[in-house]
Amino acid sequence: MNVTTTATTNRHTIAVLVDNEPGVLARVIGLFSGRGYNIESLTVAEVKAVENLSRITIVTSGTPMVIEQIKAQLSRLVPVHKVSDLTLEGPAVERELALVKVAGKGDKRVESLRIADIFRARVLDSTNESFVFEIVGDTGKLDAFIRLMQPLGLVDVSRTGVVAIARGAEAL
Amino acid sequence: MASNQLTGAEILLKALVDQGVDEIFGYPGGAVLPIYDVLFQQNAIRHILVRQEAGAVHAAEGYARSTGKVGVVLVTSGPGATNSVTGLTDALMDSIPVVCITGQVPTHLIGNDAFQECDTTGITRPCTKHNYLVKNVNDLARIVHEAFHVARSGRPGPVVIDLPKDMAIASGTYVPPNRVGHKSYAPKVKGDLDAIKRAVELMAGAKKPIFYCGGGVINSGPAASKLLTQFVRTTGFPCTLTLMGLGAFPASDPQFLGMLGMHGTYEANLAMNQCDVMICIGARFDDRITGKLAAFSPGSKKIHVDIDQSSINKNVRVDVPIVGDVGHVLEDMIKVWKSSQAKPDQNALKAWWKQIDQWRARDCLKYQQKGDIIKPQYAIQRLYEATKHLDDVYITTEVGQHQMWAAQFYGFEKPNHWMTSGGLGTMGYGLPAAMGVQIAHPDALVIDIAGEASILMNIQEMSTIAQYRLPVKAFILNNEYMGMVRQWQELLHGGRYAESYMASLPDFVKLAESFGAVGLRAEKPGEVDDVIAEMLKCDKAVIADIKVDKKENCFPMIPSGSAHNEMLLGPGDEAEKPVNEDGMVLV
Ligand SMILES: Cc1cc2nc3c(=O)[nH]c(=O)nc-3n(C[C@H](O)[C@H](O)[C@H](O)COP(=O)(O)OP(=O)(O)OC[C@H]3O[C@@H](n4cnc5c(N)ncnc54)[C@H](O)[C@@H]3O)c2cc1C
Ligand SMILES: Cc1ncc(C[n+]2csc(CCOP(=O)(O)OP(=O)(O)O)c2C)c(N)n1
Ligand SMILES: [Mg+2]
Repeated sequence: MNVTTTATTNRHTIAVLVDNEPGVLARVIGLFSGRGYNIESLTVAEVKAVENLSRITIVTSGTPMVIEQIKAQLSRLVPVHKVSDLTLEGPAVERELALVKVAGKGDKRVESLRIADIFRARVLDSTNESFVFEIVGDTGKLDAFIRLMQPLGLVDVSRTGVVAIARGAEAL
Repeated sequence: MASNQLTGAEILLKALVDQGVDEIFGYPGGAVLPIYDVLFQQNAIRHILVRQEAGAVHAAEGYARSTGKVGVVLVTSGPGATNSVTGLTDALMDSIPVVCITGQVPTHLIGNDAFQECDTTGITRPCTKHNYLVKNVNDLARIVHEAFHVARSGRPGPVVIDLPKDMAIASGTYVPPNRVGHKSYAPKVKGDLDAIKRAVELMAGAKKPIFYCGGGVINSGPAASKLLTQFVRTTGFPCTLTLMGLGAFPASDPQFLGMLGMHGTYEANLAMNQCDVMICIGARFDDRITGKLAAFSPGSKKIHVDIDQSSINKNVRVDVPIVGDVGHVLEDMIKVWKSSQAKPDQNALKAWWKQIDQWRARDCLKYQQKGDIIKPQYAIQRLYEATKHLDDVYITTEVGQHQMWAAQFYGFEKPNHWMTSGGLGTMGYGLPAAMGVQIAHPDALVIDIAGEASILMNIQEMSTIAQYRLPVKAFILNNEYMGMVRQWQELLHGGRYAESYMASLPDFVKLAESFGAVGLRAEKPGEVDDVIAEMLKCDKAVIADIKVDKKENCFPMIPSGSAHNEMLLGPGDEAEKPVNEDGMVLV
């Protein structure tokens, strides 16, 4: 079949190992914007200081043909060492961290603390009328927590975006 | 200064020499003066002074495509860099190896909106294969060597080196090329043998096969064209080429079906539509080829050889992908073909050829040269007849109808003799490209088959051509229109010719003379041969102004968004097959 307009769109988490050099992130982001691919989340940080390597984790979505293109396009960037589709290549664990600020008094304040406890969120900062919670989990868990905080005085959210790694002994 | 220390400018020049560079195309300015100062004091590299930086990049492209070497460009910061952007994009789209060195404001001024500063690496990131900003003079030699490696290996393309002025002046250490490897960049040249075996199996079982080959064969080098020719002849299969692939298989070979695609031949497109096995080698299923995707060769199994993984399954799903270099893969494929003693069904092949011959009998490129007006096709056909016996003829083109007629009516027997802007379709490409070809091949006949509108986009390069006494021939099919635009307006916009008439054209004969070239003109069919003969005799640059039919359209044509079997074959067809709405939005 030549056309994939009927194919379904799936969410993929892709890990990319790159040289930690100026412009490398711009190359990756430019590729996505220039070719009209989705970015749901993107994180980057140096992971091997000696070899000067950074790891980029991208959550994207597309038809199988588009996902294949994204991986091929990433692979041909000169500073890219490795591209791995964690969604396809066996089980992987994904985590995201969020800092969630909730302001309020009285019952709402107590309720927010109670929910934070259920979600195993930690209190990083508290004043008489606010908390900053730290919560770690998959994207769905963070979304649920933030939704529950909404009526309880949610004022600010900062999220890291997804980081992911394959299960088992193998390295990227 | 320690004795093994050189300035950045000296390191740059030494690295270029070590990369085998003989000529560079450029234009000076403040940010590159230290480099020009070093250029001035040496003889190993000749600098060709163009008249606009776009001309430099197209010249480098022509140089590269006709030699297989990397074309080199040197321009200043700011406007010098921005003027090269069109050429860089052109080289990216057509996979042409170019290294472009751009001057930059000194490091400490970057980001300050300094005089003639622009974010060159930012601007050129999407239009280069890779780019570098030099921040330490000790990295410069490595970067230059790496840039050449990246430009010419794998899928070739343009690479920019942005060099701040202080880096050109600072001193550092030189490293020679062989000490430079690359950590992450390693294109795969050998194809997977199992995939090659599966491809051969498919081919051996084919009843209606076709080779569809493209620019990747040219990129792979002349040996790949030889292998392709050998393999096509061994199999007895028909072969069609893209615009970028012309010359990869001899046009005179009876197995050649002509170019395919939007303005390709009836037989090539119908054979693509009806085939049962398609062997795509170094071509990228461009939309000019596929037309309406849903109707593209619906019944075929597809084999695709390409060095760039991202070309595979981009537009069209294929059954047997083979990632590798054309030359390497063909070598293995021929071996496997021979050792497996593949013997396709001869009766089926005979029937297939019979069908193809019936399509051929439509004579889709026919036109009538009668009356007093020169048909553009006739002019090219006469040019071809007058030059085909010559050994070394290079044809460049501008963009438009004349380009398509050149592709249809000029026969290319070998690779690297045809340079055209295919992917970007850049008007103004042909004249500077011809200049670059002529620099690389001083004794060859180099002809730019031009449109009167396109050639004006880089006409200033006539001055460069004069300075270096390049005997470039510009053969203008002058229809006084942006003919290709006019054709689409006729087809899609009710004949409302908005802004496509070329008013106030120069007198091209006088224009030629003003640049010290020879101007010739043909106005009647009977004058065409004489003008061609005179042009070929002339050892100077020539502009031949061939006044052709203003109303002629280029056929066959598959309108955008249509299927291969919905081709328009001539003027009569337009009314009967109106273009659908989906097609209207396409380019
Ligand atoms: C006005 C106009 C009309 C046009 N009409 C037509 C038309 O009718 N027909 C037509 O064919 N074109 C036409 N074109 C050109 C068209 O736009 C494309 O440029 C062209 O079809 C692409 O050619 P290609 O597929 O050979 O790919 P190229 O652009 O030449 O790409 C080469 C492919 O080969 C691969 N490759 C490179 N090096 C190697 C190697 N060493 N080994 C293996 N693979 C390699 C690359 O990765 C790439 O996928 C037209 C252009 C213009 C401006
Ligand atoms: C730089 C640029 N601008 C615009 C176009 C769109 N365009 C494609 S063909 C064409 C007309 C070319 O006219 P001419 O050179 O006279 O060639 P003809 O079609 O008449 O043979 C135009 C404007 C283009 N390809 N390139
Ligand atoms: Mg014209």
